[in-house]
Amino acid sequence: MKKVLSLVMAMAMVTSVAFADTTLVNGAGSTFIYPAISKWFDEYSKTNSNVMFNYQAIGSGGGIKQITAKTVDFGATDGPMTMDQMTQAPGRIYHIPMVMGAVAIAYNLPGVDKGLKITPEVLAGIYLGKITQWNDPKIVSQNPGISLPNTSIVVVHRSDGSGTSFIFTDYLSSISSAWKGSVGKGTSVNWPVGLGGKGNEGVSGLLKQSPGSIGYVELAYAIENSLTYANLQNKSGNFIEPTVDSTSKAAVGLNIPSDFRFSIVNSANPEAYPIAGTTWLLIYKQMDDPIKGKAIVDFIKWAITDGQKLTADLDYAPLPDSLVEMIQKKLDQVKY
Amino acid sequence: MSRQDTSDIVFRRILAIFPISILILVAGIFFQLVFASLPTLKKFGIGFFYHTTWDPVAENFGALPFIFGTCVTSLVALLIAVPIGVGAAIFLAEYAPPKVSKAISILVDLLAAIPSVIYGLWGIFVLVPYMRNTAQPFLGKYLGFLPFFQGPNYGVGFLAASIILAIIIVPFIISVSREVILAVPSVYKESAYALGATRWEAIYDIVLSYGRVGILGAVILALGRAIGETMAVTMIIGNNVVISPSLFSPGYTLASVLANEFAEADTNVYLSALIEIGLVLFLVSIIVNILARILIWSVTKGPAEGRISK
Repeated sequence: MKKVLSLVMAMAMVTSVAFADTTLVNGAGSTFIYPAISKWFDEYSKTNSNVMFNYQAIGSGGGIKQITAKTVDFGATDGPMTMDQMTQAPGRIYHIPMVMGAVAIAYNLPGVDKGLKITPEVLAGIYLGKITQWNDPKIVSQNPGISLPNTSIVVVHRSDGSGTSFIFTDYLSSISSAWKGSVGKGTSVNWPVGLGGKGNEGVSGLLKQSPGSIGYVELAYAIENSLTYANLQNKSGNFIEPTVDSTSKAAVGLNIPSDFRFSIVNSANPEAYPIAGTTWLLIYKQMDDPIKGKAIVDFIKWAITDGQKLTADLDYAPLPDSLVEMIQKKLDQVKY
Repeated sequence: MSRQDTSDIVFRRILAIFPISILILVAGIFFQLVFASLPTLKKFGIGFFYHTTWDPVAENFGALPFIFGTCVTSLVALLIAVPIGVGAAIFLAEYAPPKVSKAISILVDLLAAIPSVIYGLWGIFVLVPYMRNTAQPFLGKYLGFLPFFQGPNYGVGFLAASIILAIIIVPFIISVSREVILAVPSVYKESAYALGATRWEAIYDIVLSYGRVGILGAVILALGRAIGETMAVTMIIGNNVVISPSLFSPGYTLASVLANEFAEADTNVYLSALIEIGLVLFLVSIIVNILARILIWSVTKGPAEGRISK
């Protein structure tokens, strides 16, 4: 009996010591970054057992709301906060780019392989409901040698609010004034045409089920599920296959603003894939809790350097070195 | 009789707390919804209920396409589910051997316990391709002169969503209707047979007449489920903000737009508009329930036995 008692006491002491030393950091937001952030937490905790991270993938809008209300220690979002949202926050918020991703244009055309060439004009035309047939001269002229069927195009988009839709509509707004004027950009928009699928899996479900369909999904999702996706013409006129490399290129040679609230769609880099986006962590410049503040900054510094190798395996595009240097300088200004 | 025991009074008062707590809960939900949707109530007023645009970017919101979608899918689902459900209940209660009846009833109760996301997945992978390749071309060919069966055939849409809803609510109708039919006193049926009624006459004039209140209750329960059903419908209705007479057309429901857009709603007006959608859903449920009650009252004027005695 005595032995058992002392054992229990010893265990209680061990656990209480462990708890006393562990800092719990809470975050919430973007679902896009969730696989990357889980992988980071997993690896990071192997060498830093004193910090425990908890991240809820509730969506970018939720992440912004929660960091503004200070119910979490950091947020994460796929679209930068608006000026309006920034002024509502009780303190200065920093946007820290963490990963980049691309949105692939996937299609289901029996007999047509991966790599159909699509121009920005055609893509906007399809999503505005102006181009409705696969054998439209504007598509055929770019794809000699491919026999395109005389079938109508089934347009598919995300029905749930999502960062993927934000990046996609941000792109369409940047290349088409008609789109910018009538629809605009957002996590949910008033789609002129098309069917809505819930989540990446909903969109790819509709794509697989409907011959003649076209839709957009995260690149990582398209690669993992071997969807057929298009090569898109970029600003320099080159047709670019979406890959991890061509996505990273989108942020190279870009004039990056000091608050990092940039958009990398339709990059001027001739090797860049044009529909690329960033996920930012949102943190306060002045941290309330010195221990948590240090833990977050240390983690970010690790994630944007050593951590980037891990996320490349998950088909996220790594941040270019020039950007990493800028972020490190920014992090030195965080006070805790 | 006049003397009341203290324990009786205490018991009665304790019991009274429960229905009152339901009232407080419903009122609480209502006021919270109204309070949180004040920004859009002020901005759009009554127009929110009949405008057809839903534009989160321009912050211009109208709920009519969603109200339309919820009403159409629920109604079509009832049209499909009620004959099947009541028919199955009559068979199980009146015709099937007791062992078969028991076995099927267990299966029906199992169906009612399947999560709706499973129905949704089944809908995506089995029902939608079937609708697109077989059912809708057939309907378009033979009934295409009706406006309900015209337009492009995507597979997803009002009809697919209504069929999934019908499958989801049929177990409720069967289960409750069967109990209702079994509860009809056998002396009534025996009397009918004694007077020379056929089996059909006994069931139609006696059993269904006696049990019509209970069966309508089952239908209302099913309707409530259909109006609020979210996940399965979202997965196969096509989520397109349109009002179309065609059942082939993709559409949208009140519950679906909430499930789709709530997580990413970032501005106050947008959030308020979505909460007002919740308020509309609440009101639609109440109005439909009241209409159904009125229907019951009109059908059941006088005691249930009144018609039998004629």
